[in-house]
Amino acid sequence: MSIQVEHELHQRRFGRNLGVGLSLAAFIIIVFGLTIAKLSSGPVANTSGEIILK
Amino acid sequence: MSDIGYSTNVSTGDAAFSDYVALLKPRVMSLVVFTAFVGLVAAPNTINPMIALASILFIALGAGASGALNMWCDADIDQVMHRTRNRPVPSGKVSSDESLALGLGLSGLSIVMLGLAANLFAAGLLAFTIFFYVVIYSLWLKRITPQNIVIGGAAGALPPVIGWVAASGAMSVEAWLMFALIFVWTPPHFWALALFMRSDYDNANIPMMTVTHGRRTTRTYILGYSFLLAVIAFANLFTPLGGILYFMVAIILNPLLLIGAIRIWMRDEDISDADNYRLEKDFFRLSLIYLFLHFGAILADATIHQTGWNSWV
Repeated sequence: MSIQVEHELHQRRFGRNLGVGLSLAAFIIIVFGLTIAKLSSGPVANTSGEIILK
Repeated sequence: MSDIGYSTNVSTGDAAFSDYVALLKPRVMSLVVFTAFVGLVAAPNTINPMIALASILFIALGAGASGALNMWCDADIDQVMHRTRNRPVPSGKVSSDESLALGLGLSGLSIVMLGLAANLFAAGLLAFTIFFYVVIYSLWLKRITPQNIVIGGAAGALPPVIGWVAASGAMSVEAWLMFALIFVWTPPHFWALALFMRSDYDNANIPMMTVTHGRRTTRTYILGYSFLLAVIAFANLFTPLGGILYFMVAIILNPLLLIGAIRIWMRDEDISDADNYRLEKDFFRLSLIYLFLHFGAILADATIHQTGWNSWV
């Protein structure tokens, strides 16, 4: 068997790291989008339930 | 003489990303995404598109989490059954501890995020769905009662209700009719599968209806549930869910499903065996199309209603 610079195992690990990285990036984008959507729609209630008009 | 070699087989801890995705049962997730989306769109309230997208994603993530937890507790069964032995845990690609950790982590994340994105009611329903599917169905009733499929169907039927609640913040008859449609659809769909996947459930010692009550009784149950399903499908016509497209789908597919169930009921094992369970396989495929088109019609009718296209017709 010829010696390869990169074993299949390393490709698999790279794929896994890339997948986790992209998932985290997608999560950050979703949370950011959600924050913008929440802030731009209607009044906001604080933790004690009082309505704060923007 | 001994030979020093190495194995290129995947060992636990070096699974590919796709193996972790497979843990979440993406095919089940796609059905959950679809039915939850229908529930969300069919609800009377309009919802910000970003909040709707996030809600659907977190409902899907919750479904995926329950899939991973199900693979953790069903590893012993999955190893025996031909249909499931290539799943990540029984094939050794992912350890059952990893499956448990991923399932618990994603459960918590999806519930908290759905609560923040939509409302606490929807988040509570998602938490209940995961608990019901993993603890009540997978850990407890699946292994002790032949009604396992009926009970487990409740978890699969809840996503449209969660979608509805995420949009409206409240329950309604329409949401529960969508629940009932999936709930009553599940048993005949899986019992048809159990009829032609003959030895799988026997080998795994799962008390499927085919094993405990016999195949003749299973055929009768398929017919009974199919009649009940048709009644529920037509009941939707008397609610705002039932538009013209839904009517057309229901009037075509329900007689077809009933004819399929009657033909299955009239057959015995010898006839089924002779043609390699062709009718049972046809019924299984038809039931998939049945559910997809009924929910697709609810979605299309709701979209037509909300966009005001019906005034043009």
